[in-house]
Amino acid sequence: MNAHELIRSSAAVMAAKLASGEITSVELVQAHLDRIAAVDGGDRGVNAFLHVNTEEALAVAADVDARRARGGSDARELHELAGVPIAVKDLIVTIGQPTTAGSKILEGWMSPYDATVVKKLRAARMPILGKTNLDEFAMGSSTEHSAYGPTRNPWDLDRIPGGSGGGSAAAVAAFEAPLALGTDTGGSIRQPGAVTGTVGVKPTYGAVSRYGAIAMASSLDQIGPVSRTVLDSALLQEVIGGHDPQDSTSLTDPSTGLADAARLGNVKGMKIGIIKELHGEGYQAGVENRFNESLELLRGAGAEIVEVSCPNFGYALGAYYLIMPSEASSNLAKFDGVRFGMRKLPAEGPPTIERVMAATRAAGFGDEVKRRIILGTYALSAGYYDAYYGSAQKVRTLIQRDFAAAFAQVDVLISPTSPTTAFKLGEKLNDPLAMYLNDVATIPANLAGVPGLTLPGGLADEDGLPVGIQLLAPAREDARLYRVGAVLESLLEAQWGGPILDQAPALAQTAAKEAK
Amino acid sequence: MSVDTILSFEEAMEKYDPVLGFEVHVELNTKSKMFSSAPNVFGDEPNTNVNEVCLGLPGVLPVLNKKAVESSILIGLALNCKIAEHCTFARKQYFYPDTPKNFQTSQYEDPICYDGWIDIELADGTVFRVEIERAHMEEDAGKLTHMGGSTGRIQGADFSLVDYNRSGVPLVEIVTKPIEGAGSRAPELAKAYVAAIREIVKNLGVSDARMERGNVRCDANVSLRPYGQEKFGTRTETKNVNSLRAVENAVKFEIQRHGAVLDSGVKIIQETRHWHEDTKSTTSGRPKSDADDYRYFPEPDLVPIVTTALWVEQLRSRLPEPPAARRKRLQADWGYTDMEFRDVVNAGLMDEIEETVTAGASAAAARKWWMGEIARRAKLADVDPAALGVSPAVVVEIEKLIASGAINDKLARQVLDGVLDGEGTPAEVVEKRGLAVVSDDGALQSAIDEALAAQPDVADKIRGGKVQAVGAIVGGVMKVTRGQADPGRVRELILATLGVEG
Repeated sequence: MNAHELIRSSAAVMAAKLASGEITSVELVQAHLDRIAAVDGGDRGVNAFLHVNTEEALAVAADVDARRARGGSDARELHELAGVPIAVKDLIVTIGQPTTAGSKILEGWMSPYDATVVKKLRAARMPILGKTNLDEFAMGSSTEHSAYGPTRNPWDLDRIPGGSGGGSAAAVAAFEAPLALGTDTGGSIRQPGAVTGTVGVKPTYGAVSRYGAIAMASSLDQIGPVSRTVLDSALLQEVIGGHDPQDSTSLTDPSTGLADAARLGNVKGMKIGIIKELHGEGYQAGVENRFNESLELLRGAGAEIVEVSCPNFGYALGAYYLIMPSEASSNLAKFDGVRFGMRKLPAEGPPTIERVMAATRAAGFGDEVKRRIILGTYALSAGYYDAYYGSAQKVRTLIQRDFAAAFAQVDVLISPTSPTTAFKLGEKLNDPLAMYLNDVATIPANLAGVPGLTLPGGLADEDGLPVGIQLLAPAREDARLYRVGAVLESLLEAQWGGPILDQAPALAQTAAKEAK
Repeated sequence: MSVDTILSFEEAMEKYDPVLGFEVHVELNTKSKMFSSAPNVFGDEPNTNVNEVCLGLPGVLPVLNKKAVESSILIGLALNCKIAEHCTFARKQYFYPDTPKNFQTSQYEDPICYDGWIDIELADGTVFRVEIERAHMEEDAGKLTHMGGSTGRIQGADFSLVDYNRSGVPLVEIVTKPIEGAGSRAPELAKAYVAAIREIVKNLGVSDARMERGNVRCDANVSLRPYGQEKFGTRTETKNVNSLRAVENAVKFEIQRHGAVLDSGVKIIQETRHWHEDTKSTTSGRPKSDADDYRYFPEPDLVPIVTTALWVEQLRSRLPEPPAARRKRLQADWGYTDMEFRDVVNAGLMDEIEETVTAGASAAAARKWWMGEIARRAKLADVDPAALGVSPAVVVEIEKLIASGAINDKLARQVLDGVLDGEGTPAEVVEKRGLAVVSDDGALQSAIDEALAAQPDVADKIRGGKVQAVGAIVGGVMKVTRGQADPGRVRELILATLGVEG
């Protein structure tokens, strides 16, 4: 298998081939750069990348190859994933590459510091291929709110790749990268994973440091892995996870043994709960069918499937759309043109500080960002705080109680990840409420801080597009997700005759050759 | 700037009952900032003591400084406060370029220290209890310098410069409950209260407590009401009154101004006022209503602070001697009378005298210099004596020069002038100005012979046993030597010359 064939395999396989010397990291990175050049650019390109980090990625790869060639402790001390390339969502700051958050307001901004997760990637010597597209400041479910144009779904270039992390999911689905980092505030890793046929994990809140992830809603945001296999996500979470003294909300005792759990993969005797409120009405028939098939497969593997009720999940979306914009309105206040990023002078009149701030924010932020800032500012205003932010926090507590009650009965919970398969570009762009409904099944995990994983559950009958299956576990029990996820993945692969992504149409290799 | 009409203080006090309230911000002297590892150092090149966190760059997160929490608890304990077992931070949101995140991380609903009190001793020994509402933690803002305008204020400036070195410096804000019943002692109480807070935080070692550097900053709230009325009048908040004298003057001025406004039948506008040291008056700042909407909400990037009883008791055991107890001890040690000691305290010179005594001067000499020559010069310069620029070491050195006979008291005053004029250490001033006492007995002897010859009748009197008459001859010798002789030595030599026992 040469490097260009190898880009379709899992990161774990790539790592094994690197370790055995069958290929070099430079070959592997170059193969991915070639793939990016072939499919990402142009009018009908995937547009997963906002920046391609060619030189640095090749330099890191060459360094890994040199260490391996030298042998001895240099080779022995290499991380398991050393030399395996990765893409990073452009919400996460990186030295040496621009970080835009998908917004005009940060166009051209270079961070003087690395996010903790990026430091960890560098320590593991994983070449960073570049920065991936996203809805502006991670606000959206389709990546159409990026100021740099939408990302296209590799399964159908006229469809959305989900959001906000559509760039990371599409890059992995289109074999432009074997691994990627995402961030998940209400489903931004899991929903793109579902609609692109990839795996994505939102770890337990605090399991992965948020330092250097540009905050949308601090109490909900979490960085996590994006990959094509459950084991790959587990391997990546082991790289990026762990306590970080620079993040006060980082756990001191996060879940360990993730890759082992994925390799172990056993569900015999486990109780798996269907959440009554998260399927059925409002869910596409093809999604519902694939979900039911997954339940059968798990039952066949020895799991006990029961139904549980989380009666307050019906309020989750409403609570989320108060808490998230409230925190976002505050977190985005710093983008004012004073210290970094865009500075816009008012078209007329004196350039006083208030007017420069207003002109900068008016020109720099897109409509969805403005919508959420206005919503959040309103929700936190004196006289409204108790009714909106206060009530939403109470709902949050109720949802945590629902989870606690459910996990008293079952080991993990299961639901479709997203109510529908990928919709058409532009279809919901002018209907924010319809857009928000994409996250109805993913939001409860963020509100409660519990971990969630999505994996491809097959293709919907009506449109042939991938369906995502979501697993949820109690806080700090991320390993349980990988254990159950790996079993379901192998059962589904047996059923579908191989990885679901193998069913994806080949991307037109003619799609513009111009590299970005 | 229009000049306000004011009543005389006496007239205002005849008609109205003042109610005070203070918000004192204390900058803590921790090594690093409140939420970042950037250094907390005053006076460095602008924007050098910063990192990505205190600049509020995208993606950063705060981490609370444990030492700052301990300092805050120490302040609370010294102010007899209760310490919250559980407290949180909140975001106070407003757009202003000195605040890099456009919100200040502060405590809101649950301050770490609350419900305390402090007894304030006034000049005549009256003790006045001030109740403390709360002492909470927050971060300082950066420093704005407005360029191009005539006033240094933002209005009329061409542009403004921001120095973020101060951004994120740990602050404790101490808020009093309304202070009623001070009457005509209100300005004096205001000064004494701020002096007491400054003394406490300095004594605790948690702040450098230098008002001229903004380590201790006072916002003074004043309102007036007719005597007998229970409801408070409308208050104004005079911001950043940054010396003890200014606190006293600002409170006094606002009482006089409020009195005149109320007399004219106009309502007081609830607003901030700016104190002007040059005109000793305040001007209108911005309107301030109780309903200013800062959109406070709990800071999601920080976890709650839990203070265990064990931790608090460990901190309590570290509390130094309370200032009032220390005053009693020092007065006894120094042997000052009540009045002498109170004068020292009121002049804000206790620390300076203590340091001077510790450095080797006698208590009497320390008092003599600080309360005498130094205080006199400070008054002329219109500054607090401690801020004049004389260090305890200078006083000690001058005293040593006197004791060694190198200079006398009269020359010492010139030495002090020299030091204040920046001519160097006392020894260097003596050298440069040629102030050394004429200690060459030969030179003195000829001056003495001359003086005795000029006043033979006085010489006879001394020979005849009237030793006190020697003063006239000493005076003559001092005049001839232009003060540069040691009068004690001159006296000895005169008596020796005349063969009389001193």
